[in-house]
Amino acid sequence: MKRLYYGYITGPIIGIFWTLVVSTSVSILMAFATGGAFLPTLWGSILSGLLLGLLTVRFQRHLIIIPAAFMLAIILPFVGLGPLAYGDSIPLSMQGLSSLLFSIGTGWALVKYLTDCPWGNLTRHEFEECFIRFLTGSGLVFFTAIVLIPFYVMVMTSLKSQQALLLNPLDFSLEFEKGWGLLRSYFELFNDFNFGTYMITSFIVSITTVVITLLFSVPGAYAIARFRFAGQGALSRSILLIYMVPMIVLALPIYVVFSTTGLRNTIIGIILIYPVTTIPVALYMLQGYFRGLPTEVEEAGLMDGLSRLVVIWKITLPLSLPALASVSLYVFMIAWNEFLLAFMLLDDPKIFTLTRGVAMLNSSEIPRQHLMAGAVVSTVPIITIFMALERFMTRGLTAGSVKG
Amino acid sequence: MEPPKGRGKLAQRDARFAWFMLLPTVIIVSLVVILPLFAIVWISVKPIDLGDLRPTTLVIRENVRTGGEVYEVEYRVRNSSQEAPIADAGFTDIIPSEIELLELPENCSLSQGSNLDCDFGDIEGGFRERFRIPATITGSPDVAEDLAEESQPRVRGDADSVLTNTEFTFDNFMKLFDQKEFITVLWTTLFYTFFGTVGALVFGLFAALLLNTSFRGQGILRGFFLFPYVAPVIAVAFTWINLLDPFSGSINTLIVQMGLTEEAINFFGQRPLALIMVTLFEVWRYFPLSFLFILARMQAIDFDMYEAADMDGASPFQKFWYLSIPQLLGILSILFLLRFIWTFNKFDDIFLLTGGNAGTRTLTVNVYEQAFGISNIGAGAAVAVIIMLFLLLFSLFFFRFISQEEGL
Repeated sequence: MKRLYYGYITGPIIGIFWTLVVSTSVSILMAFATGGAFLPTLWGSILSGLLLGLLTVRFQRHLIIIPAAFMLAIILPFVGLGPLAYGDSIPLSMQGLSSLLFSIGTGWALVKYLTDCPWGNLTRHEFEECFIRFLTGSGLVFFTAIVLIPFYVMVMTSLKSQQALLLNPLDFSLEFEKGWGLLRSYFELFNDFNFGTYMITSFIVSITTVVITLLFSVPGAYAIARFRFAGQGALSRSILLIYMVPMIVLALPIYVVFSTTGLRNTIIGIILIYPVTTIPVALYMLQGYFRGLPTEVEEAGLMDGLSRLVVIWKITLPLSLPALASVSLYVFMIAWNEFLLAFMLLDDPKIFTLTRGVAMLNSSEIPRQHLMAGAVVSTVPIITIFMALERFMTRGLTAGSVKG
Repeated sequence: MEPPKGRGKLAQRDARFAWFMLLPTVIIVSLVVILPLFAIVWISVKPIDLGDLRPTTLVIRENVRTGGEVYEVEYRVRNSSQEAPIADAGFTDIIPSEIELLELPENCSLSQGSNLDCDFGDIEGGFRERFRIPATITGSPDVAEDLAEESQPRVRGDADSVLTNTEFTFDNFMKLFDQKEFITVLWTTLFYTFFGTVGALVFGLFAALLLNTSFRGQGILRGFFLFPYVAPVIAVAFTWINLLDPFSGSINTLIVQMGLTEEAINFFGQRPLALIMVTLFEVWRYFPLSFLFILARMQAIDFDMYEAADMDGASPFQKFWYLSIPQLLGILSILFLLRFIWTFNKFDDIFLLTGGNAGTRTLTVNVYEQAFGISNIGAGAAVAVIIMLFLLLFSLFFFRFISQEEGL
């Protein structure tokens, strides 16, 4: 390891690896945006990375490194060693654009990574700092890519036509001249496939589930958190235990019972069964929160002659509004995303929930952009709620999402 | 004075009140969780098919046939089950006044001129009979026909339902253990569960490390990182299928274009790649959870410790290895246990991605496959019972561990 502790060695090593990351990312980015053939090259990237790493350690200035990277990206291809290679049909402008992206990506980041990394001897500190900055940068690129690419493809596919997709599955460039025609899949979903109704059904089912869940779990959680009674320990353990029973195990007998009682294929049946899957979660989350509330406030209320119920209503609940919001959001998310029970219990296309409706689109006769449009329609509301109320949502996730 | 012993009045009243508040929840949860669990054990020792869910009855069809001058009222009767017998089977039907039955079969009688009653006694499974009663019709034949067919015959008979009788069998379990496939299913489940859990933890740890420093856009990135978990599983699963499609998937086009492979790869259609892919999907979808937990724990670590380490000249990697990791061990092990159980329970993901094909059938998918794929509810329940046994084992371990670890 000690041999690496020289700026002129660390610099090129980080330069090479980072250049490989950047040229791959730029290629993928350009390919996904235009559908053309953009390729990272191994030896070209290594050569550029080596030179850029040395230059960065030597000069440490954006104004020098970024133009240098740009020059490398456009000159090296002439000797057959460019960091990026292009297919035959790629126009010069696109080649220029990718060279520009490449130079900013390498130059800007390398200067950041290699600050405090002088040419000569490095301390272990300096070496590790540089290395960690490089790892962090690569990690951020990697995670952002794996998280966002599927969602990008989901949205873009829903805006394409079947023909264009078969011609070049990579080409996600939008044909803006089609105007509203871009949204054709969505119009068809809402007009011909009843997705408007499914959305309303999903909202109704999810909100009802939240309300019923809270009605049952708030008193229950309060009792477990505040009172001492026989069987308390066993009860709070069995909540966790029930929490661990897999849905498919329950779904089988529920299917049998619902089939014989006629509750199958009804919204009532769904509304009856969803809260039961969420009540244990809510109980578990809420009792944790209630335990954390100071008892003194409640005792003060009791001393002043309020009854227990009034204390809960006037003191405990207002204090736990944030927790209630988190629990509600979490339960809403579970109900909105629920697929298995809806899939097994609903057959009638008139009363589908959104997830069940999307499952219906998965057929060889229905074009793929419709399926993806359905996926977008089911994803957008929950993601919007999540973004808007992220604070409550993440708290709900951390409190209850041992289940998933 | 002696200190009070036992439970005072207040304590007793509180305890009563607690049960009063808990009762609705306890009742409804046991109704829909405990009862089904008993049901599943019950069904697992029953020789029962999906078709047996409908009770065994007599099925009857009525038909008025024209044959020139003489008409015939035809009844076709059969037992809905091929095996189960029906005791005291028979039916009654109202014959409209426009139709006059000429000669009745032996087992039938006509009362009040219009109530036809036929009795078959005890019939065997697979029973099937057709008999015709000659008749004359006054007025328009079409009207009479409609009238006759409008009045539905009412059937009777006592059939034993497989669900409720006392016939038990261990066939479901025996058949399950006999299959070579079952061992494969077990190994698949273990592979998926173990690597899915560990992968999600490792990814979550890395993601948390990345976002544990503050920089511009950190909040937005944190939001993005949670997307895979927040989006509906059906949406992301279909997107993955679409993305990795061997014929028209973007990823395949991309890797062929980059020259990584000659031919497109069928990611979800071949062993053992399909299993690896569903495990990767699991990692992708659930790393946000571990990420969230680990990040929360990291931000709670006392900063003084790191400052002290800095004073002593510890390098960044040393600080991570000797300070952060020991601090995170608690949450990591709890997460591992919980996620292990939950990954073991996972059904939707694999069901949507591969339907359990190409060597991706886990225990939970097997429940569905047995019960609905090959319509053998009993066998499905048997698999479910095995899952429950595993979970009981896990949770014993879990409770022992969690009482030491406190937290959560």
